[in-house]
Amino acid sequence: MQAFIEKMKDSATKSQVWKSMFRHSYEDTPRNRYLQVLDNVWLHLHPTRIPRHAGAIRFTWCMGGITWLLFLVTAVTGVLLMFYYRPTAEYAFNDMKYLEFDVPFGMFLRNMHRWAAHGMVITVWLHMFRVFLTGSYKPPREFNWVVGVILLTVTLLLSFTGYLLPWDQLSIWAVTVGTNMARATPLLGHEGPFGPELGMRPDNDVRFVLLGGTQVGPPTLLRFYVLHCIFLPIFLSIFCAVHFWRIRKDGGISGPL
Amino acid sequence: MENLILILSKPDNLPIAMMVVLLGYYTLLWWRQARKNDGIISDGRYSELQDENNDRIFVWPYLVRIEFLAAILVLLILTVWSVALDAPLEHPANPSKTPNPSKAPWYFLGLQEMLVYFDPWIAGVIFPTLIIVGLMAIPYIDKNPKGNGYYTWMERKFALSTFLFGFFVLWVALIFVGTFLRGPGWNFFAPWEAWDPHKVVAMVNVDLHQYFGIRSSVVAFLFGGFIVTAYFCLGIVYYYWKKNTDFIKTMGAARFGVMAFLFLCMMGLPIKMLLRWAFNIKYVWVTPWFNI
Ligand code: HEM
Repeated sequence: MQAFIEKMKDSATKSQVWKSMFRHSYEDTPRNRYLQVLDNVWLHLHPTRIPRHAGAIRFTWCMGGITWLLFLVTAVTGVLLMFYYRPTAEYAFNDMKYLEFDVPFGMFLRNMHRWAAHGMVITVWLHMFRVFLTGSYKPPREFNWVVGVILLTVTLLLSFTGYLLPWDQLSIWAVTVGTNMARATPLLGHEGPFGPELGMRPDNDVRFVLLGGTQVGPPTLLRFYVLHCIFLPIFLSIFCAVHFWRIRKDGGISGPL
Repeated sequence: MENLILILSKPDNLPIAMMVVLLGYYTLLWWRQARKNDGIISDGRYSELQDENNDRIFVWPYLVRIEFLAAILVLLILTVWSVALDAPLEHPANPSKTPNPSKAPWYFLGLQEMLVYFDPWIAGVIFPTLIIVGLMAIPYIDKNPKGNGYYTWMERKFALSTFLFGFFVLWVALIFVGTFLRGPGWNFFAPWEAWDPHKVVAMVNVDLHQYFGIRSSVVAFLFGGFIVTAYFCLGIVYYYWKKNTDFIKTMGAARFGVMAFLFLCMMGLPIKMLLRWAFNIKYVWVTPWFNI
């Protein structure tokens, strides 16, 4: 029996198919520990070895990683939600009800998406907080901090655009309050300083561009949907790529020099 | 009290409670590590902060395993949270029925709370822009080379206290006020008060120039302009006063100018809050185009 299993294992792991997928054995050798990271597309963002303190939870609080994880959760659950949701004033609210009562695990999906998004807002603040407290924005990491601030802004915008999509009282009024600010934009809003002087009206100022109308309405829903599901996630992914790449290029996680 | 419980039990507000707890925990964690490191540094044993012999660990398994466990833990919490608490869904959108109060999502309530003290073009546009730009500027303003890559307090007192004040008081605390203490008409309600939509608050606010008996709008314009300009000139005064200190010398005029401007803008908020609470001051500077 033993011999048989060994033989089966051998013929599997020595086959061309196996070898084409796994380039090294699993024995615990230093070489394999390097290869485990280098040969893996998901892990290769990491260095193969890191300074001891950089692996300590009490140093990084894992917050950047958790933020990224929560983003992935929203991306996966978000795509699933898109199967059931139609961004029009006629259907949006009903689709929420549909998710709640008819779609198997629909409510769970929606909850998971919402709480992961709220969680991401919290963790991104905590991550920034930790980066500030360890002074990790100091040279040579200045630019990565700037990239981080962009990520923070996009995270909030993602959350905000998503807030409108259920199309209930909570969402349209929260977004109304938020976007009303745009009327007061200096120069570009019809209630902002020097706005009227420059010919700004409710139907041509920056708020109008944002909402696709003079109030939060069906065009706003579509606009926010497109921003929420396409533009902002792509934007965030691109900047995350830059962020992670910069961590490596700036010499890995910061530490006492 | 009922109101407080009602707001607290809104599922969208749970994150605020979680955030406050986490912030408390991590602030303590920072403080303990900072004090420990500060002790080591003031004993002149800086090298003890560094990993001994530049010690390195393998990412596989020592980091990957932490990431894996952290991911499982987070997903577990998220699952429990999603099973236990349903995302809110109120009545269908109705543009002709405005709820009172209408609140922005909780993470923007700090900005909404600023509207009490500043007009929308400042609270809703200029301040958010300055927050983003100001945050981005931090690494280029802070020339202090110390405290890079470890927790400390001693070596970065000014930077840390400014950031902590901005984050805790001007951001998190305002979110808290906006969420829990603001009721109909955005009036202030203590936690034990009932939210009365008919609460009448006397409009006793006056503009600063009225305090000084200035009637003419031209004089008021010049007066307010003078006050605001003088406020920002404090930066210049400080610059010439401390010109020969190392702090100013390493910063240089341009960098110091940017920092002073951002700092004074930030402090404008608590100052205006105090003016409002203590003297019922509405505007400091009134012009035909904008008010500050
Ligand atoms: C979507 C948002 C973000 C994601 C997914 C993210 C992810 C990460 C990750 C995984 C790390 C590795 C170390 C760690 O986990 O702490 C990191 C480091 C870093 N992050 Fe972020 N981050 C985000 C937002 C931000 C923000 C808002 C800032 C600052 C304003 C920032 C600044 C930095 C800096 C400077 C480092 C290097 C830290 C060091 O070397 O110690 N990031 N980020």
